[in-house]
Amino acid sequence: MTFALAAAGPVIPNYAAQSSSCEVHNRLFCAEWVRRNWAPVLWPALREHVVLAVVAVAIGFVISMALALAAHRYSWLERPTTLVTTILYTIPALALFELLAAPVGLNVYSAEIALVSYTLLILFRNILAGLRAVPADVLDAAEGAGMTRRQTLLRVELPLALPAIVAGLRIAIVTIIALATIVYVVYDRGLGVPIHTALGEGPFKTELIVAGGLAILLALVADGLLVLAQRLLTPWARVGES
Amino acid sequence: MKTADTAHSEGPLAFAQAAELELRSVSKRYPGQREPAIKELSFTVPAGEVCVLVGPSGSGKTTAMRLINRMIPISGGDILLGGRSVLEREPRHLRREIGYVIQQIGLFPHQTISENIATVPRLLGWPKQRIAARVQELFELIGLDPEEMAGRYPAQLSGGQRQRVGVARALAADPPLMLMDEPFGAIDPINRARLQDEFLSLQEKVKKTIVFVTHDIDEAIKMGDRIAILREGGVLVQYDTPREILTHPADEFVAQFVGADRGLKRLALTTLAELTLIEPNRLGADLVADGSLQVGRQTTARDALSLMLTAGGRPLTVLDGDGHVAGLMTLGVIEKLLSDEAAEPHAGPR
Repeated sequence: MTFALAAAGPVIPNYAAQSSSCEVHNRLFCAEWVRRNWAPVLWPALREHVVLAVVAVAIGFVISMALALAAHRYSWLERPTTLVTTILYTIPALALFELLAAPVGLNVYSAEIALVSYTLLILFRNILAGLRAVPADVLDAAEGAGMTRRQTLLRVELPLALPAIVAGLRIAIVTIIALATIVYVVYDRGLGVPIHTALGEGPFKTELIVAGGLAILLALVADGLLVLAQRLLTPWARVGES
Repeated sequence: MKTADTAHSEGPLAFAQAAELELRSVSKRYPGQREPAIKELSFTVPAGEVCVLVGPSGSGKTTAMRLINRMIPISGGDILLGGRSVLEREPRHLRREIGYVIQQIGLFPHQTISENIATVPRLLGWPKQRIAARVQELFELIGLDPEEMAGRYPAQLSGGQRQRVGVARALAADPPLMLMDEPFGAIDPINRARLQDEFLSLQEKVKKTIVFVTHDIDEAIKMGDRIAILREGGVLVQYDTPREILTHPADEFVAQFVGADRGLKRLALTTLAELTLIEPNRLGADLVADGSLQVGRQTTARDALSLMLTAGGRPLTVLDGDGHVAGLMTLGVIEKLLSDEAAEPHAGPR
């Protein structure tokens, strides 16, 4: 990725030898450039971006689920947990990367720790809200039928909280896909790398448009997949509201 | 599926199980409250009978019911189900043996009707085959079409259908005791009357011991083999058959609670078949022949009185099942019924 630093010449010197006229003339979008750079630059960046985001949301989900279950059982835990996750959520992303860089280093750990910390508030609140929204009469019926606490949680509360949980996951994944474009500050992977490169390349915009567009597309696809998953998992949520 | 299965091969016996319930000086005291919520409550419900707990709000009737399956911990006294103390039992095991129906029904919205009904059998770990057969049997019992209903979700049912599914779910594991907390409270009056009738004929078949909570004295009189009237502070004022309570209220509180029209309510408990009617010839043939109103013998004395009042006090011709004249119903017969009942010595619970 070091070639990016060399972007100082008239247009894009590092590609000069093989540049098409589109690139030379700084047209808004050069399909030829995309075709040539898909395999070496864009596709790997996209894959890295998916991994960065999915790992962050997965870890964030596990942590948030544990926190939400604890707060569901012991309601006094809600306020301190909300406070801490809110503070984490409000730290400016670049500042957080800087803070992590010194103790953790310029590596994947800094990147993931930062991304995970931004999922916690969203996921924790949604999971807890979902668990709390289970109607009291349903819980009464579950207890009266002789379900244990654990059976009530697994068979009644979590399934009924699923729509709220998926809603949280949708916000989290879209947020993290966007946020992961600035992970390049501590870890040079993901779609943020070509975007950053493009920003340093002066007037040539194709790389910026393609990498940015891929990030948006990725967010929409991830959101769509979650909607689809929810429809399959909660057939009951769509019936007879009348 | 129907023929091979164990539950089905048990046939009508699958519903025959019922146990006696006995409360012995049961009390409930909440920490920080000076007065107990339930005070020294004692009564016995014979196996297969419906006991209605009735009283104004604050009388602790729901609390008393929830003490039985230990949804609320007991502070003192003991409760015996089939001669065995519920305090010795693991609460969740006890609850799987006690059917539980609440006013809001509390069906699981994410489960199909079949899955809802199968709740307790699944907790008990019944084999799949047996559960399927039992669910089928319960659909028939509550008069819902399994073909149409099995795969639906609760949100797709009417209030009355949900209520019946709630009863089926409570009956699923053939519990010896059912607890029902205002089960028809959320149903509109017309459908409520129908569900009450359906439930009474269902009870004819399943013969469960039932503790039924309501604040509605008319419902209590209609549904109960016995009625326990509670007063504020969880004090049992009277425990008797509906007829005894209407004829001999224990005190002013009960008399007020059952209402000034208790004479009329009492008439609703008697059908013409139970009365000594007037021989037609004693009033002269013209009265029978003149096309006076004709009623069946299953008509209640209350309805007969209402008809007579509408007809300007003229007698009714009572017909038996074959359409023959069984006798005549006059205002005098009603008068005699009321004076006879009032003269009876206090019988106490039978």
